[in-house]
Amino acid sequence: MEVLIGALTIFVLAVFVGYEIITKVPPTLHTPLMSGSNAISGIAVIGAILCAGAGEQGNFFSALLGFFALVLAMINIVGGFMVTDRMLQMFKRKKG
Amino acid sequence: MQWINLAYLVAAVFFIIGLKGLSSPRTAPRGNLIGAVGMLIAIVATLVNKEVLSFGWIIAGMVVGGAIGVYIARSVKMTAMPEMVALLNGFGGGASLLVALSQFIITPASSQTTFWLVALTLSALIGSVTVTGSLVAWAKLQGYAEKALRIPNQNLLRVVLGFGAVALSALFIWQGWGWILVLLVAVALVLGVLLVVAIGGADMPVVIALLNSYSGLAAAATGFVLLNNGLIISGALVGASGVILSQIMCKAMNRSLGSVLFGGAMVSDEQMAHVPGKEFYEGKVKSCGAEEVAMLLEDARKVVIAPGYGLAVAQAQHVTQELSALLEQRGVEVDFAIHPVAGRMPGHMNVLLAEAEVPYDKLIEMDDINPEFSQTDVTIVLGANDVTNPAARDDPNSPIYGMPILDVDKSRTVIVIKRSLSPGFAGIPNQLFINDNSLMLFGDAKSVLQELVRAVMEL
Repeated sequence: MEVLIGALTIFVLAVFVGYEIITKVPPTLHTPLMSGSNAISGIAVIGAILCAGAGEQGNFFSALLGFFALVLAMINIVGGFMVTDRMLQMFKRKKG
Repeated sequence: MQWINLAYLVAAVFFIIGLKGLSSPRTAPRGNLIGAVGMLIAIVATLVNKEVLSFGWIIAGMVVGGAIGVYIARSVKMTAMPEMVALLNGFGGGASLLVALSQFIITPASSQTTFWLVALTLSALIGSVTVTGSLVAWAKLQGYAEKALRIPNQNLLRVVLGFGAVALSALFIWQGWGWILVLLVAVALVLGVLLVVAIGGADMPVVIALLNSYSGLAAAATGFVLLNNGLIISGALVGASGVILSQIMCKAMNRSLGSVLFGGAMVSDEQMAHVPGKEFYEGKVKSCGAEEVAMLLEDARKVVIAPGYGLAVAQAQHVTQELSALLEQRGVEVDFAIHPVAGRMPGHMNVLLAEAEVPYDKLIEMDDINPEFSQTDVTIVLGANDVTNPAARDDPNSPIYGMPILDVDKSRTVIVIKRSLSPGFAGIPNQLFINDNSLMLFGDAKSVLQELVRAVMEL
């Protein structure tokens, strides 16, 4: 129970932190914000690594599911951060 | 063990600092880099974890996923960003779903507490809805299913499936049977399709923002399964971001989230019956040619360009920038007025114009540009329609009354560049086109603008 309350506390506080920072992002950057948060939701990669690398604890099927989770999460991370950078470089290019 | 959690905390702090960097275009590239470093820290910390015993699958997954990611990020066109984000939302949800299923196999029944089962259920449920919902959204954005698809009794069907999912969840949490989990995932996958398939093209920006949020919430639920703070915090950040963006888009379209998800079309059939047809414009529209407009621009001191998605469809971003630069050389002040729903996703029009090398400080938000229109000599409306309709502001009987608009009609002269008088997404005629200070310049945006550039150069 204590663990649950601790985890919930972290979740709720993080939502408030998220709300505060995201409202400060100007509409000009909302598309990079979305692709960037795509990349961050690739954090599921942690879970995927634990599943794919569970060795004897799991079985072939659990490792296979972990592998596919890893592929999807890596597409999000690599694709998300790279395409966000591509967009942001265009905004940086020059100032009027 | 403790230092691993410390590493996740550092990663989460990096994400927060990275997102904070997005508060200005100047600091944003560095912010994005900081976020990527945070992700690297999280991955490395997990890899050196004692719980990771074999690396074959991991290396394979990283190579395959990474290569696909690089390919997509490099090859995607800026006009196709909504499709890419929709797809990535789905992948994020899919990763959480697969992790949940795999964890169910790995975790021995003795350690499956009620709390753990609740978290697992949420992760699988939200993950499934996000996967199929996002794939349908992607297909719609690709143009495979442009219109809202009406399935008979769809709301009833959604309710039944929704209750079915809740009942299955309860049963699974109670008994922990694997086959119930599989059934639950199947129901949730169908539910995801039904939730998005009925939503019209104009509402897609709201939907992808919402699915963005779901993909984050699914990751946070996975964090509760693994009791991993890194996942919980990152998932919460993404969840909050998606919710805020969908709120902003709803407000910009004067719609509630409920009506987007369950209401169907923007203008009801009943309202549609009272909307005038072509006779609305008869004899009241003035059209003109490129030379005439060039002369108007020549005498102008301040020009505002109001772009809509039609601009990108015509691939006219670059020639628009050319015109703007040309006018600036002649001492004309040029700004771009960006409505929040210009483009097909939040902030899309800004990216399209930035790609065409329009400096970002010329891209002015609706609330900042609206007071400026009364001092504007010429406003050029390019491929935008409903968001410039003064009826939304002035006519309480209009179906779109209350929707925030660009006050382009307040400038001295309005030039509307458009193929024909066909209506926009709302399906209603635009008051702007028959105003006394409006001039229509008919034709394809790109070729019209090229003519205009030539005409201005010849002056």
